[in-house]
Amino acid sequence: MKYVDEYRREEDIRRLLESVAKTVTRPWTVMEICGGQTHTLMRSGIDRMLPESLTVVHGPGCPVCVTPLELIDRAIAIAGRPGTIFTSFGDMLRVPGSRTDLLSVKALGGDVRIVYSPLDAVKLAAMNPDREVVFFAVGFETTAPANAMAVLTAQKRNLENFSILCSHVLVPPAMEAILGAPGNRVQGFLAAGHVCTVMGYEDYEPIAERHRVPIVVTGFEPLDLLQGILMTAAALEEGRFGVENQYRRAVRREGNPDARRAIAEVFEVRDRKWRGIGTIPRSGYGLRPELSLFDAERRFGVDTIEAQESELCIAGEILRGWKKPSECAQFGRACTPDHPLGAPMVSAEGACSAYFRYGRPA
Amino acid sequence: MCLGVPGLVLRTERNDLGMAMGTVSFGGIRKEICLAYVPDVKVGDYVLVHVGFALSRIDEDEAKKVFETLREMGELGDFGDGP
Repeated sequence: MKYVDEYRREEDIRRLLESVAKTVTRPWTVMEICGGQTHTLMRSGIDRMLPESLTVVHGPGCPVCVTPLELIDRAIAIAGRPGTIFTSFGDMLRVPGSRTDLLSVKALGGDVRIVYSPLDAVKLAAMNPDREVVFFAVGFETTAPANAMAVLTAQKRNLENFSILCSHVLVPPAMEAILGAPGNRVQGFLAAGHVCTVMGYEDYEPIAERHRVPIVVTGFEPLDLLQGILMTAAALEEGRFGVENQYRRAVRREGNPDARRAIAEVFEVRDRKWRGIGTIPRSGYGLRPELSLFDAERRFGVDTIEAQESELCIAGEILRGWKKPSECAQFGRACTPDHPLGAPMVSAEGACSAYFRYGRPA
Repeated sequence: MCLGVPGLVLRTERNDLGMAMGTVSFGGIRKEICLAYVPDVKVGDYVLVHVGFALSRIDEDEAKKVFETLREMGELGDFGDGP
């Protein structure tokens, strides 16, 4: 496939690895903040081929993982209502709530459906006017334009039976929280390329300035990741900070203006709770007040449901890059993808789940 | 979650609401994709698609530059044997 295969050639990967090895002379810690990148690093084995002094840690880059437990419980409460069609991307269905998960709700007769696109959920609402159709709108900035368009389309079609359960998180405030935390050891970032296709990278420039770190907008194929790592390592070695763009074929500095306009029309920035981390100010999207008709939490009165996390899980330390999954006493023992204790083990894209799946030792 | 898949635009049209839609091929698998966020896109362009929406037109010139840089690095002897 064009724009895929040419970024996976072994020969190029080896060359870039050699170049990284030549560039790195001191110990550095670099963080990526995207589950897709975590996956590529593990699947390709790049994480094991990098110089030992270069540590790549995995930040809170998986929206499924950082969706708070109480929101999963709220989703389950809505999905169990008679007459409701609850729609979601596939990866949310197995995430355990306090007592059960969405897949079990489906097994017990709940109408829970996987959709490819939020527009499919809008279509279902149009086809089933006597049913309530709810879409679980989880995601980073990358997914926000799609969810915004779903709401705008439902509004244009006067669909009164469509609503979204919104759990949108934003990357830059999480980076600020990580850099500002006591004991932070992250010295450079790979910024998630697809988030930046939408938002651009202007918002990262003041973060790089304030904390004097290099931030490199990076793609998802093995070659992209290695080039991003090389650019970050070179900046660190030369004492440079600022934003660079490795993923130029898809990301412009201003992002996608049409997508940003749609986001601004539908969502406003709000404080958000991140599973495993806690509340980060102005780190998520909620529906604008004039669109509260489409807010499933209000419509079904589930916004009072609260939940309690496992005390054994060290997700907060994993997601901040303080510890690697294999350094957790529960990893692979009490905590596995089938029985996850916390955030990064729940989705296939979580760091703990990736470590488990690709056999990184406990 | 933020999976973005490159695909080739085969056809563009507007739906009943006037929204730009199109058929995009992902290595032969065709899907109906919303093109509202890539207003300048034409048949034959490659777009990056996430959950049914094209988010960006892939810039062929920029894509080529990466490989040119790699070649230059090889020629400068940064790498073992060069390409």
